Amino acid sequence: MLNSRESISWVIGGPQGSGVDSASHIFLKSIAMAGLHVFGKREYHSNIKGEHSYFSIRFSDKIVRSHIDEIDILVSFDAETVLRHSPFVVNDGFLIYDPDILNKKIEEIHTLDFSSEYRVKKILSENKKSYDFKGILEELKERGVRLIELPYFSLIKEFSEKIQDHSLSKLARITNVMSLSASLAIMDFDVELMKRGIQDTFSTKPKIMEINTDAALFTYNYIKENYKDIHFRYPINSSNENSNAQNLIVAQGNQTSPLGKIVAGCRFQTYYPITPATDDSEYLESNQIVEQRDGKYGSVVVIQTEDEIAAITMAIGAALTGVRACTTTSGPGFSLMAEALGWAGINEVPLIVTLYQRAGPSTGLPTRQEQGDLLFAVNAGHGEFPKIVYSSGDIEESFYDTIRVFNYAEIFQTPVIHLLDKYLSNSIITCNRFKYRDIKIKRGKFKQIQINEGNASESRFKRFKLGEGEISERVPLGTENAIFWNTGDEHDEFGHITEDPTMRKDMMEKRLSKLELISSMIPIEEQITIEFESELDPGSDTLVLVLSWGSTKGAILDSLFSLSKERKQTQFLYIQVKLLNPFPGKVLEKVLMDRIERIKKNTKISSNFLVKTVVIEMNYLSQLDLLIKQNSNIKADYNLLKYNGRPMSNTEIYDSLINIIENKSKQRVILTNGV
Amino acid sequence: MEYSISDYKTTVHNDWCAGCGDFGILNAIQMTLYEMKILPHNAVIFSGIGCSGKTPHFINTFGVHTLHGRVLPFAQGAKLANPSLNIIAVGGDGDGLGIGSGHFVNAGRRNIDLTYIIYNNGVYGLTKGQASPTLKLGVKTKSLPQPNVNESINPIALACISGFTFVARGYSYDVRYLKEIIKKGIMHKGLSFIDILQPCPTYNDINTKDWYQSYKMDENNPSIKIPKIYKLEDQGFDGTVKREEDMSSKILFAIEKSKEWEDRIPVGVFYENTLTPTFDERLQTRIQNYHQYPPSQQQINDTNDFSIADIDRLIDDLKAV
Repeated sequence: MLNSRESISWVIGGPQGSGVDSASHIFLKSIAMAGLHVFGKREYHSNIKGEHSYFSIRFSDKIVRSHIDEIDILVSFDAETVLRHSPFVVNDGFLIYDPDILNKKIEEIHTLDFSSEYRVKKILSENKKSYDFKGILEELKERGVRLIELPYFSLIKEFSEKIQDHSLSKLARITNVMSLSASLAIMDFDVELMKRGIQDTFSTKPKIMEINTDAALFTYNYIKENYKDIHFRYPINSSNENSNAQNLIVAQGNQTSPLGKIVAGCRFQTYYPITPATDDSEYLESNQIVEQRDGKYGSVVVIQTEDEIAAITMAIGAALTGVRACTTTSGPGFSLMAEALGWAGINEVPLIVTLYQRAGPSTGLPTRQEQGDLLFAVNAGHGEFPKIVYSSGDIEESFYDTIRVFNYAEIFQTPVIHLLDKYLSNSIITCNRFKYRDIKIKRGKFKQIQINEGNASESRFKRFKLGEGEISERVPLGTENAIFWNTGDEHDEFGHITEDPTMRKDMMEKRLSKLELISSMIPIEEQITIEFESELDPGSDTLVLVLSWGSTKGAILDSLFSLSKERKQTQFLYIQVKLLNPFPGKVLEKVLMDRIERIKKNTKISSNFLVKTVVIEMNYLSQLDLLIKQNSNIKADYNLLKYNGRPMSNTEIYDSLINIIENKSKQRVILTNGV
Repeated sequence: MEYSISDYKTTVHNDWCAGCGDFGILNAIQMTLYEMKILPHNAVIFSGIGCSGKTPHFINTFGVHTLHGRVLPFAQGAKLANPSLNIIAVGGDGDGLGIGSGHFVNAGRRNIDLTYIIYNNGVYGLTKGQASPTLKLGVKTKSLPQPNVNESINPIALACISGFTFVARGYSYDVRYLKEIIKKGIMHKGLSFIDILQPCPTYNDINTKDWYQSYKMDENNPSIKIPKIYKLEDQGFDGTVKREEDMSSKILFAIEKSKEWEDRIPVGVFYENTLTPTFDERLQTRIQNYHQYPPSQQQINDTNDFSIADIDRLIDDLKAV
């Protein structure tokens, strides 16, 4: 099992609507202020109130990119959280809980799912404990978990007397802050930073801020007094780290992509409400006034439409006026957009669809993770047209990639699908401040003026001019001397309907030859990225080659950083495929061949040198592997797959790679962790 | 430069059936643009799918022939991004009230300043005469295997309750009158809807040109012939909302009037309301320079192609410390 000691894993859970989010925000902010690196992820049901939700935060003085399954500190404010998560608390970890749960019966927790119930039953029967909370706590205690009782009701009562406020129902809302400050007390965390974390979270609500701060201090001291002997074995070293913190930002995926859009010049976005894509549009609308470097103010018009068909067609209509336009959605909405995508394709409209994937098909698991839309994105729309499908591996990348995809759309005058997902959208990381000032905005053959070329009576413009390469000059609607037409039918050079077989052939070739142009013009390092490469070691006899796309990157990287230290005999090479259509099969082949040759040359046993190729992705069919097979001669030896709706953890990727290295792995490995 | 009506025409071969009502609408649109002195490059005709969808190809302005049922969102997107464009959206009754009815209703909620024209002939012509949403219950046009089994939609009433702020009807063979209605629609600040009765000579053998232009005898005086189509204003009907409190009653009058069919069919302006703020005006309250600096006109890069946006403040909001 993965050693979590280079980082600490903290989980808080409770019913949806009970303050899990704000508690985790305070925790995360406090930790980040201490100059530590943080990765947080939110898991929740498709429900407004009552179902179980949790937030898991992993932090370290080194960069953390993913979550692990083990928990060092579990903070609960209800019984269900203890049931669901306590099996994952490590043997010397902590459980903060309300002793009142001893009065609860497991059977009465109606929101408990089968998986958790089965897990707890099994543990309790194996350890000959009774199937109740007494049994659970006994089992935890026996294996060394430190139990921290936080009797919320009596603490709130005591607190209310102290602050002379007797509205207990109102005060019940502070249980989340109490529980999180208890966890900070265990860690001996800096009280000032905790206070600042609270202030930051409630900055617009001074009264709530004050009461939460007081409650946090009250609980912090309660723990200090009542659990004097308990010490967290892994003290947080935040002393001289603060300089680091100055350059860090704490960002969520649903903020970074819209931030990229503002820089990219996206000034029009449409959406229909859908999890997990809506936050992107809400962030953009909240910040729709754009500061410009020339002192003027621009703006982003963000429109909530009646459905996703209107969302994409409205964005296309806007794009025809020259504005960089985008629509943002998730799988079910994207399904509705397929027809219009083809319209943008045949009319060569630069359009961005930000597709936040979630588990499908149909409604699927609306709030859970999956990378199941890759082949759909590649193939969406009837007929043939060029389309760029591009994906981002992490939250930081998604900012820069967003600017890239807007450039691609205009340079190649075709729709681009930017693949993100629920894991990126609802996770939060510390990363370096974005450096955006030296990124170029490239608009391709877009121009805003058409000079009348002598023929006064010719007001028309050959928007789809043949014989001058794949990409024609493009002007916005409303341009003088440049009247053109668009149609979903096949068109001639002006954009008028045609069924002429020669014109059809020419236009098909004009459009679809863009695919080759795209492959040749997008720099190789933007198509695929080498994310990890071991130092050459003459003693190595095996190369583990990992291929992935999208948000599994963090957990893969975290695993490889540990593995490369532990397994000196094995070389590791990890490549993320970012351009998924047109697929860089030949590029991938060549890069791999070069790397493998170089590694072999440097080993003593090049004749028997073993290459194990592993494709890692969150779907059933191994869709990336299918694209690799279709477009290259690369053959995967192993497929690590997952489709239970829970993102791949560092723990399970690490464990699976160990099995592969030790020849204990099946060819197809299905990962199943996650609550 | 002086423009003539021919500057609004293209040389694209028109393949509508002989005698199609669409010709009258096409002529009326071209004449309207010409008479209103809207320069060809300042206008965009958006269309849906079907015979009517081909309209933009015959008009020498920007023309965007979109998808079946989606003409309104395309058109609204363009208008929002560039409010200085004169935008006319056209489509058939199946396009706008069948597959596109969701967009029809929701466009009303926004009141974006553009004109939407429905070529209403009761059938899906280009797919050979199936019943459209405006065909009356029990009517059997010639290519229907059995009489129409669905109730019909009343486009005027639907537009009124959906929030369109100008609702009118024209008849495609009265081009002169139709042109005036379209002019009013374009001049109206807000979302205007014009329902145009347009006989399909090939597939609708019930609501034909002869049927629309027929008369009925006055019961008391058989020498008086009463035409089926009459103008609302000739009866003194005034659908204009002058005070906000009259809005509901004006809508009710318009709906009541729109129910007339068979013997008497009114054309003209059923409802007009300039008191409801347009979407542009609503946007203007959030984005103070929206009109002067709309999305399509915004500069996004400097002369060295670097982004003009400054997001330092937003990044500061995310700072760890």
